[in-house]
Amino acid sequence: MSGCGGCKGCDPKKESTIKNADYTIALAGNANVGKSVTFNQLTGVDQIIGNWPGKTVERAEGLLQYKGKRIRVIDLPGIYSFSTYSMEELVSREYIALEHPDAVVNVIDASALERNLFFTIQLMELAPPLLVSVNQIDLAEKKGLTVDTGKLSTLLGVPVVPTVAIRGKGISNLTEAILDLVHDHPVPPVLTYGREIEERIGKIVSLMGAVTTPYPVRWIAIKLLERDPEVSRIVGSQDLSVVAAAGKLSEEIETLHGEPVCVVMSAERYQIADRIAAEVITVRSPEDGSIKKSLTDRVDQIALHPFFGYLMVIAVIGGLLLWTFLIGAQISNYLAGFFSQFGQYEPVINGSLSSVLLNGAWTGFVAGVTLIIPYVLPFYLILAVIEDSGYLTRISVMLDRGMHKLGLHGKAIIPIILGYGCNVPACYSCRIMESPKQKLLSAFLVTLVPCTARTVVILGLVAAFVNIWWALALYAFDILLIIVAGRLAFRVMPGESVGLIMEMPDYHVPSYSVVLKQTWARTKSLIWLVFPAYIIGSALIQAVYWAGWLTPINNALAPITVLWLGLPAIVGITLIFGIVRKEMTILTLAVLLGTTNFATVLTPVQLIVLALVTMIYIPCISVILALASEFGWKKSLAITLVEVVAATVIGGIAFRVLSLFMG
Amino acid sequence: MAQEQVEEYLEAIYDIAGTDGAAKTTAIAKCLKVAPASVTEALQSLAEKNLVNYEPYKGASLTDDGKKIAETIKRRHRLLEVFLADVLHINRTKVHDEACRMEHTISEDTENALCRMLNAPSRCPHGSPISPCSKGIGSCSECDAATGSAVPFLSDLRTSDIIPITDLGAQEKGTIAFIRGDCKVVQRLSDLGLTLGTTVSVTRKAPMNGPVEVFVRRTKLAIDHKIAENIFVNAVKGGTP
Repeated sequence: MSGCGGCKGCDPKKESTIKNADYTIALAGNANVGKSVTFNQLTGVDQIIGNWPGKTVERAEGLLQYKGKRIRVIDLPGIYSFSTYSMEELVSREYIALEHPDAVVNVIDASALERNLFFTIQLMELAPPLLVSVNQIDLAEKKGLTVDTGKLSTLLGVPVVPTVAIRGKGISNLTEAILDLVHDHPVPPVLTYGREIEERIGKIVSLMGAVTTPYPVRWIAIKLLERDPEVSRIVGSQDLSVVAAAGKLSEEIETLHGEPVCVVMSAERYQIADRIAAEVITVRSPEDGSIKKSLTDRVDQIALHPFFGYLMVIAVIGGLLLWTFLIGAQISNYLAGFFSQFGQYEPVINGSLSSVLLNGAWTGFVAGVTLIIPYVLPFYLILAVIEDSGYLTRISVMLDRGMHKLGLHGKAIIPIILGYGCNVPACYSCRIMESPKQKLLSAFLVTLVPCTARTVVILGLVAAFVNIWWALALYAFDILLIIVAGRLAFRVMPGESVGLIMEMPDYHVPSYSVVLKQTWARTKSLIWLVFPAYIIGSALIQAVYWAGWLTPINNALAPITVLWLGLPAIVGITLIFGIVRKEMTILTLAVLLGTTNFATVLTPVQLIVLALVTMIYIPCISVILALASEFGWKKSLAITLVEVVAATVIGGIAFRVLSLFMG
Repeated sequence: MAQEQVEEYLEAIYDIAGTDGAAKTTAIAKCLKVAPASVTEALQSLAEKNLVNYEPYKGASLTDDGKKIAETIKRRHRLLEVFLADVLHINRTKVHDEACRMEHTISEDTENALCRMLNAPSRCPHGSPISPCSKGIGSCSECDAATGSAVPFLSDLRTSDIIPITDLGAQEKGTIAFIRGDCKVVQRLSDLGLTLGTTVSVTRKAPMNGPVEVFVRRTKLAIDHKIAENIFVNAVKGGTP
């Protein structure tokens, strides 16, 4: 699906996968265990990043070539369990059970063996040919933990390979072990639970005679006992009495323990995980006898400090934005100069239709290049470094309470920061939120974040011709608007909200392969969605221009632009153009007004109002498309409408208020 | 109306109005599982007794007198829940209904004795706060002094305090006693390693009720303050394992 960023997951037939593979294997494991690094080590550069068919969950796939065999490697999402808490968990378990990969490699973190084994146990229940890769053994050693991988293999009954993926250690052993596994297809042994659980699993298995599912019978029985809604639905469609009987058995367990059955099962699994971990881990107390504070603890003393922590957040995000725009402006100027050698860089209205269209497409392309390469790319690159280092989770924690005021939680800061680059990948990244309501709400707020294109407008109109303080005031106002809009939308939107529950990984030096991959994953949607929209949209708009619809459109919009917003009638068309490309507002304005010194034709109030309206009124067409692919057309258009109305109302009020003391 | 019925109504209005301002007839009917018509009748009679302010179609709110009664009943209810759950070890899912029946019959003396015996607990087993008593005293020790010290067997009985994890001091340890809340959230927490009996500690609390950083099974989790308030632990006293 790599060629179809715009219709993520809408057409499974277009899905492109690695062809002619001899085997297929899947990587599974918790988040933050080095799974992506392992994946990159195994597959090198041959990677396809796309979506799971029909799901808004990212899917990465790569090719491992070893000893003449072509092995397709699927990187499953990083998850902690096989419940139905998130789409990622559902996608992963369905993939393993229904697609029958030739092997599953479970990457686990040597420093957090218990929690990782908890997931391993659930993988074993699904009974694929399984291999465990104990990663980051070097970090565990530093913490004084030695893992006996041989013993772990004996206890689990599956092969275990120690690795330090980031340095490529153990990868060749891992590859050998994978080859053995896909060849032999061993079924992992069954780990047994306590008697009262096993008895009931047995009872359910015996009832399932007539029920056929693609899943292992024991796994189905366990999931029925856990009251898994999805499995209950599958089995219920064949034989409701089995589900009812299982429900009775679950109730018995709940009376016995006084806790929900899913919690009892988690405790059972942790009991096994704890027992195994205790047997394979040797804890060595630090040599000098004192417990030295780890680097993470020391950094966190500042990063999570009630005062310095906030300073650090402001410094990091502010620095990121500042760096992007200082560096970006330079490169952008350079690139624009470079492209101007090749042809007309400004909209034209003369000549034949085809040459006008071609010119439009060209200006769209140039605009895309001069925005994405200098601004968005460096921004996402640095952000990926911040993210992979582990600091982004600290920002989430520090801002969690603030985000509560918007009806969200700390994690939502990630899409919002991304939005300062480009709203499109930011909308896709709202997937990290747990509930549908929080996904939609954060996407709505993302569209209010001034992206690079809108920043160009604010800087080009206000900072250049009024002063920098008014430009900053617009930014401040935008944050205020996001807060107000968030609070209102939170009240209006139906659905549930889930509070923050997030792992805080240790800091580490970012892996360049993970950083590059993350940057690419985010920039990719720009190339497949924003670029075409820029090119086609610019061509179409020039055609409108050429056809002489300029004045009729300006006249039609005059009641709003002239009477209500106090702007010259000519900006009507620039606002329409802005739907395609926000930064085009400035370009067309320059052409139409015949000058680049806007101060001579627009008053400061008009400049501010125009920038304000441009900032709010609509996410560009690419964002509308992105929203539609993630949430459907109805919601996408509703958000658009709300923002157009809000921008108009706010713009009009701003015009009147500002005129009072700037007029 | 029987006193018990009066109290049930006041309690229901207290609960509903606590979140919405005024309690609508239909909401009360739903809460008490009675017909809306009988609710209207009951509200009129309560209004006559000057316990509620009742406006047809708008709903009912408690008067100061009504609120006083409702709070007393709530306090008794939650104290009884703690007693049933912690002392008699009755299944937590059952203590609510049991306490519902008992709350109307105990006297103020019993209420205060319960409070002393349970070391003036701050929350019921489901996590709701227990309001302080209405006696005009400064602290619980005054109460103990006035009634001749705390019940002696109490300290033996409560070898540990069950407290929300948010009340755990920095570097203090506790073992998970129980977790309340939405089933999905509870499952998520137990999937991440917060299972019953697990030793946990709080590494850091973000200011102003921000997320709580919990250390469990060699990993650190940031947990929303509201969710963390519903994770109850047996505090392990410093030094002893």
